Amino acid sequence: MKVEIRKEPFSPCREVENYQSLMPKAGHFGAMASFVGTMRDFNEGEEVREMVLEHYPGMTEKHLESICREAAAKWDLLDVLVLHRVGLLHIGDPIVLVAVWSAHRASAFDACRFIMEDLKSRAPFWKQETLVAGKRWVTRNTPG
Amino acid sequence: MSITVKYFASLREVLGRSEERLELAAGTTTVSELWEQVADKQKTLPKNVLTAINMEYVKADARVKDGDEVAFFPPVTGG
Repeated sequence: MKVEIRKEPFSPCREVENYQSLMPKAGHFGAMASFVGTMRDFNEGEEVREMVLEHYPGMTEKHLESICREAAAKWDLLDVLVLHRVGLLHIGDPIVLVAVWSAHRASAFDACRFIMEDLKSRAPFWKQETLVAGKRWVTRNTPG
Repeated sequence: MSITVKYFASLREVLGRSEERLELAAGTTTVSELWEQVADKQKTLPKNVLTAINMEYVKADARVKDGDEVAFFPPVTGG
């Protein structure tokens, strides 16, 4: 299981491939479900130019690790990878990657959704958008 | 007792600081009582402000003790 907060842009496909190639359980899993959240160029009816993502170093990682442990206790999982960007993001940048490996698809799909929904509602991250005129803090997430 | 208080995102901007160390009189203080000391006086803790002690979510009536790191932040918007 790995949780990482990263300042630099990343390629979700490459991250999944790299992580999977190092998994000692390769061959055991029959399913991998992943979710990638990407930065849009609009929000709440306004054009968004760029975005700064802030987090609470220490608590964010701790919280994400506890979500992953909770998912592993609920479903039969082989591995989990959570990668989240912070800092300055541009349009189209991947923001978050959640990938879950398990023997069968049901656990992988369900655990991936569970981790993602908890991340959106409980993990300490905050977005500040740069609009055409000025900046604003995002005050709520779109319902899942 | 000595504690550290952290503020994030819009709250950090409103309060004009990200972190401070406070010396409080010994005795029991709750997170919401602490807020009344650090925010503008007489302002009660807004319902949507989230609170943590030592990087774990707590409710507003949680007790603060010596050495704790207390955090106040707005609703989270990651992912």
